[in-house]
Amino acid sequence: MRSIINYLKDIFLGVRSLLKGMKVTSKYFWSPSSIVTEKYPENRKTLVMLERSKGEVIMPHNDKNEHHCNGCGICQINCPNGSIEVISKIIDTEDGKKKKIIDRHIYNLGQCTFCGLCVKTCPSNALAFSTKFEHAVFNKALLIKVLNKPGSQLMKGVEQ
Amino acid sequence: MLTSFGIINYLSAQSVPWWKVFYDFTSLTKNIDAGLHNAMSPFWTIMTEMVIIGVLFLLFYAVVGLFLVYAERKVCAFIQNRLGPNRVGPFGIFQTVADLIKLLFKELIPIKNADHFLFNLAPYFVIIVNFMVLAAIPYALGLHAIDLNIGIFYVIAVSSMSVIGVLLAGWSSNSKYSLLGAMRSGAQIVSYELSVGLALATVVILAGSMQLSVIIEAQRTGWFIFKGHIPAVIAFVIYIIAGTAETNRGPFDLAEAESELTAGYHTEYSGIKFAFFYLAEFINMFIVASIAATVFFGGWMPLHFGADNGFNRIMDFIPPVIWFFAKTFFLIWVIMLFKWTFPRLRIDQLLTLEWKYLLPINIVNLLIMAFIVLMGWHF
Amino acid sequence: MEEKVKDIGTDEQQEYIINIGPQHPSTHGVMRLVVSLKGETVKNVEPHLGYIHRGIEKMCESLTYPQIIHLTDRMDYLAAHMNNEVVCLAVEKALEIEIPDRVKVIRTLMSELTRIQSHELFWASYGMDLGGQTCYFYGLRDREMVLDIFEETTGGRMIVSYNCPGGVMYDLHPNFQKRVKEFLKHFRKVLPEYDDILTNNVIFHERTVGIGPLSLKDAISYGITGPSGRASGFSCDVRKHEPYSAYDRVNFNEVLYTEGDAFHRYLARVEEMRESMNIIDQLIDNIPEGPYAVKMKPVIKLPEGEYYQRVETPRGELGVFIISDGNKTPYRVHFRTPNFANLSVLNHLVKGFKIADLISIFGSFDYVIPDIDR
Repeated sequence: MRSIINYLKDIFLGVRSLLKGMKVTSKYFWSPSSIVTEKYPENRKTLVMLERSKGEVIMPHNDKNEHHCNGCGICQINCPNGSIEVISKIIDTEDGKKKKIIDRHIYNLGQCTFCGLCVKTCPSNALAFSTKFEHAVFNKALLIKVLNKPGSQLMKGVEQ
Repeated sequence: MLTSFGIINYLSAQSVPWWKVFYDFTSLTKNIDAGLHNAMSPFWTIMTEMVIIGVLFLLFYAVVGLFLVYAERKVCAFIQNRLGPNRVGPFGIFQTVADLIKLLFKELIPIKNADHFLFNLAPYFVIIVNFMVLAAIPYALGLHAIDLNIGIFYVIAVSSMSVIGVLLAGWSSNSKYSLLGAMRSGAQIVSYELSVGLALATVVILAGSMQLSVIIEAQRTGWFIFKGHIPAVIAFVIYIIAGTAETNRGPFDLAEAESELTAGYHTEYSGIKFAFFYLAEFINMFIVASIAATVFFGGWMPLHFGADNGFNRIMDFIPPVIWFFAKTFFLIWVIMLFKWTFPRLRIDQLLTLEWKYLLPINIVNLLIMAFIVLMGWHF
Repeated sequence: MEEKVKDIGTDEQQEYIINIGPQHPSTHGVMRLVVSLKGETVKNVEPHLGYIHRGIEKMCESLTYPQIIHLTDRMDYLAAHMNNEVVCLAVEKALEIEIPDRVKVIRTLMSELTRIQSHELFWASYGMDLGGQTCYFYGLRDREMVLDIFEETTGGRMIVSYNCPGGVMYDLHPNFQKRVKEFLKHFRKVLPEYDDILTNNVIFHERTVGIGPLSLKDAISYGITGPSGRASGFSCDVRKHEPYSAYDRVNFNEVLYTEGDAFHRYLARVEEMRESMNIIDQLIDNIPEGPYAVKMKPVIKLPEGEYYQRVETPRGELGVFIISDGNKTPYRVHFRTPNFANLSVLNHLVKGFKIADLISIFGSFDYVIPDIDR
């Protein structure tokens, strides 16, 4: 007799647990407000990326097309896998002295691991992360970017 | 052309509004029959009628199959808090059509050492069986292709033949793992047919006849799930569980599961033959749901409580066709909920469930129902 | 298809060998299991590793200490923060620097959030492995909230690279407290639903109760740590035995069971999620003020010697062993990863169970394959 009672109790408890599970899923079925899909290409205008998102490394320029990079190459030393190449050149200043300035700051987006060491260790805060995340291209050569814009120059007052 | 002539003849001859047809299709079908008899000899009339009914069923099969595939993806998506197909056509309604076109383009890979005749025959088995069962279901008052006096018996007997298709597919693929999957599916289907049969037999006791139209007529004063209270509810639960196991769906889909091994009996099929198996699974689900709707929930009979009263008349406003499809699609929704909520059962647990739990309860339930009918304790 | 079924050989006892190939939805990574079956019962399982070996330990020999951090992220990517933390703690211990309180609390908070999101992913993928595919979507929906918290403060969702020797890279975002509290409120409401769907489900019980029982003796001798070991009764929580960061000032229970089957390994992780929420509750309101990093020399050189540090990741005890010879790059770095040890017991446990149980046992250990291969 005891085994029959256990048998029936097993069945009853089992069916009850299944019904509870079905209750949860049907609750989500009937509430379309719980849909979390973001319709991506259509919602580009209203998409808000969080401010510290690591999309790519850029060199911020102000509206006078000036940046902070003085070509010291510390970011190149600190980059773990060689994604940064700093090419500098020597020019003559007005005082007649020779000064080293940045010629091209080459950044290989395809190889970067987004560790953030270049941004953190730059002594003049020349680099920053931007939130742009749409980088897909068909040609890998397009991923090698030159970060300092043409015609830009070092902002006055940034130390060497 | 002749039939449409007959319809126009009928409608213009009477002063009955056109929408009355939806409440009672017998007038429409009788008039088409009369129109055809006028035009041709009896032999050709029957031939034409059969062709018309066959074409209608083919269309029905295709449309319902496509709709169910789309519905499954949408139901699954809404349960999982996401959108489902929403780009091909408005709300994604042409997604299944696109999938079908893709499957039609696929190459039908002929297996070298497989038994070609059986390999090609297997999908047709499942489809023909489905058609035979679809023909016996009453869709509305008057829309009943074959009204056999052994209706339920015919349905159970014919649907058991689909297991031949499964076993043929597994055997003729000449692959050890297809065969294993087919054996498992076959064992599962054969075991659960017992439960299906006994659950339906319980209702036959309550109704007193196996003829489907008589069963529906007997529910004019109330659906069987209310009339035969406890044993009918138990029979319904057992039938739904056994029905999903029959169609290899839901928590019982180990034979074709994605994260387990042996990939199932239809591994070696590609293109349109795979589409046949896939569609057949959905139509099987439709059949299970519609038989449950017919015997437990009254088929096309609206919800009535007791004899003719105001409530019944309100319920009668909705055409029977809509009642039938609403009930069927509600049960299909419940079956889909089973699949997407529960984890899978292992094959030996599946068979244990049937032989040690469902079958004894079914037999005891049958006795209880017989006792209740004898004592007259039902409504 | 889902698995590469290769008939490697049969022998006279009707035993055949099949391959759960490197690409498979339930191996959680690239791992090849060569299973030899007799009928439906498993006789032997041989894991073949190395498909995702990237030579991390060798690469570390040519990188300076701050540069090692970004590589450790990619070992056990679900516990990225703890991997970073272990190397930073080892370096700080070797240099004997004093870490500010704020840094300790930040590290603890991020560790506990990492633990929650890792166990969340375990819940999601375990449900999916066993067939209840909605569990995957519910779990990931809630994990998104934690990933948003990470992204706001560190910039990365899964690969965070947030720690550095001496502290953390950025200060906490001003929204951090608010977001964490919102998440805790939402998660506490949603966790009983998870119980309804999976934990109390009778089908789930049938698939996991009594499957793959690991005895306490075996757990100790094979070195199974983490929730898998604690489900067998092995009290091995590094946060209790050797507290690091801010774990000595919070109260929490170590989740121990004695049965050691797949169900209790699952249950241990769900309970650990609750304990993590308690820890976060205790710390979130009183984050001490102060600097978020200590000023370190530009080139970090560890004194000569051998250093070992361990932390508790969601899968077990992760240890880093550094041999330094005084240069700016280490001489040898070795990681004692929990998944590698946990994998060694798989063959012993699966013998005698059915093939469907192999998936159940494999999933209950919650392997992350890149951690095994490094």
